[in-house]
Amino acid sequence: MMKPSNLLRLAAIGAAAAAFAACTPRPAADSPSGNDIPAADANPQYPGAGAGNVDGGALGAAAPGSEQDFVVNVGDRVYFDLDSYQVRPEAYPRLDAQVAWLQRYPNVTVRIEGNADERGTREYNLALGARRAESVRTYLVERGVNAARIDTISYGKERPIAAGSNEEAWARNRNAHTAIVSGAVR
Amino acid sequence: MRLTILLASVAALALAGPSATTAQEPQPQQEEVVVDQGVLRPLPIAVVSFTGQNGAELSGVIRDDLRRSGYFEPLDPASFIETGLTLANAPNFPQWTSIGAQAVLYGEVTPRPDNRNDYGFRLYDPYRQCQLVAWKFTATPLQWRRIGHKIADLVYQRMTGESGFFDSRVVFVSESGTQLNRLSRLAISDQDGHDPVFLTQGDEIIMSPRFSMSDPNEITYVALGRDYSRIYLRNLQTGRTESLGEFDGQVLAPRFSNDGSKLAFSIIRGGNTDVYVMDLASRQLRRLTSDPGIDTSPSFSPDGSQIVFTSDRSGSARLYTMRADGSGQRPISRGGGIYTAPAWSPRGDLIAFTKQAGGRFSTGVMRTDGSGERILSSSYFEEGPSWAPNGRYIMFARQAPGGDTRLWTVDLSGRVVSQAGYPGRGSDPAWSPLLDEQPARLAATGPDACPT
Repeated sequence: MMKPSNLLRLAAIGAAAAAFAACTPRPAADSPSGNDIPAADANPQYPGAGAGNVDGGALGAAAPGSEQDFVVNVGDRVYFDLDSYQVRPEAYPRLDAQVAWLQRYPNVTVRIEGNADERGTREYNLALGARRAESVRTYLVERGVNAARIDTISYGKERPIAAGSNEEAWARNRNAHTAIVSGAVR
Repeated sequence: MRLTILLASVAALALAGPSATTAQEPQPQQEEVVVDQGVLRPLPIAVVSFTGQNGAELSGVIRDDLRRSGYFEPLDPASFIETGLTLANAPNFPQWTSIGAQAVLYGEVTPRPDNRNDYGFRLYDPYRQCQLVAWKFTATPLQWRRIGHKIADLVYQRMTGESGFFDSRVVFVSESGTQLNRLSRLAISDQDGHDPVFLTQGDEIIMSPRFSMSDPNEITYVALGRDYSRIYLRNLQTGRTESLGEFDGQVLAPRFSNDGSKLAFSIIRGGNTDVYVMDLASRQLRRLTSDPGIDTSPSFSPDGSQIVFTSDRSGSARLYTMRADGSGQRPISRGGGIYTAPAWSPRGDLIAFTKQAGGRFSTGVMRTDGSGERILSSSYFEEGPSWAPNGRYIMFARQAPGGDTRLWTVDLSGRVVSQAGYPGRGSDPAWSPLLDEQPARLAATGPDACPT
């Protein structure tokens, strides 16, 4: 067991450290006024900021029909093979779910955004991304989504979602993203 | 020694250059002639610091331009023996030949009553002991850097027989931020990277800026927003910016015809990308390609009669040419690999391109019929060649693995590969034409003029 004298010594070190921290001027960027450095002898109040009750509960599910519902429960992005704009069979369930969701919420309009990885030239990649967006649009329209509800655009390699120059990042960046434009709350 | 001979030998070595192509027997079919680092000694030149306002800095601009060209080696001024050389004198020739100077350049900046300056200079050949150029520019004191480029152009022109390219600018896309949150802004700087100015604020993605070859104040570029893409025409002098119009489809890849009267570009409709051309005066739009493949990145021949573009109609992307009305479409690139981003040389003799093969990207040139392909530069990633106004250098963007993208240049021999003057991050460079006409009759006159 620790002797009271040791406890006192630790407490003294703690107080000194606190005082030192309080004295250290903050970088200029954090204190534009230059005047918010607390006084060294400021006495902490009790109860402090950490006191009070904590509440908890299950995280609320996304509201049905919301943008969050679409992103979390349906999935807003499908991926493509290298140099390909063919929808992969494993993307069918997700796109089918997009179709079902869009039919359930008929006021929603979307924009399919085609994306390419960085291993290609800029203009050509725009054209490649457009094909991917069109493949997804065609899939949705063929399964009953009104074409007037779907817009497309290609971002080429300009809006990557995965950083890095490796196969894994490139695979993630070859995608078509279904973005909700209107008709759903966030 | 005449540098012309050096240049000619490089051209012959590399199977390049218009003189070489017309004068020689047809070359045997060679898909990829890789020019390795040929051994060639740059020409030693003494650039004496000019006297007068900003004279020393102006001389620095000249030395930097000539050095970067790869064909000159400006000597260290500390090695100069003769001092106090003025426009009233000819050089003391043995004092220059003793340090190996093949040419001596010196000059003066002198004020005029109209508050402008005269920038006079002489260029001598100390071995042949004769004068190559004597010239005088008149400009404001603020224009000293520009005058440095113009003098470097005259030296380059007189020594190589080729027209210069230093008095020019580059528009490009300046990049900042991270890979996932990149800020792209349209920017312009002098050819050597000096005096960069941002022309857009970064709220749109900027792509494919290009100059009109008939007017260095007219540019076009693409702005890509969340839900739109627009082609803009912008006058750099007045700042006037106008959208080319709203099209049924996404627009990309604009390029002026060399006379500035037309704009070729692509429109994506239903996932299919085709080439169109618009007459800028009448705004009449004409569709030039209609196959289901990707057809994009059109670039006019200098006489406006033909267009080169990239197309994957045969499977993978190759280069094609067609007449300016869309007729006579035919593939020209012959090698394997993916050929994109073609750019027709301002001299008309060559087409530069980006080639993707074997996991690497290269910058190369081929003749306009697709023969004589040569790779000038290869790396992990590079793209988007743009020609210097004299058709002897190409600027492009190069990216290191996981790294930043920067502007690079390569000369037609493939020997002079270096990062361009602009030190920051940038892509999509487009080289302007010369900012104004160079004097045509340069040779010095008078009793000590070199025979031409």
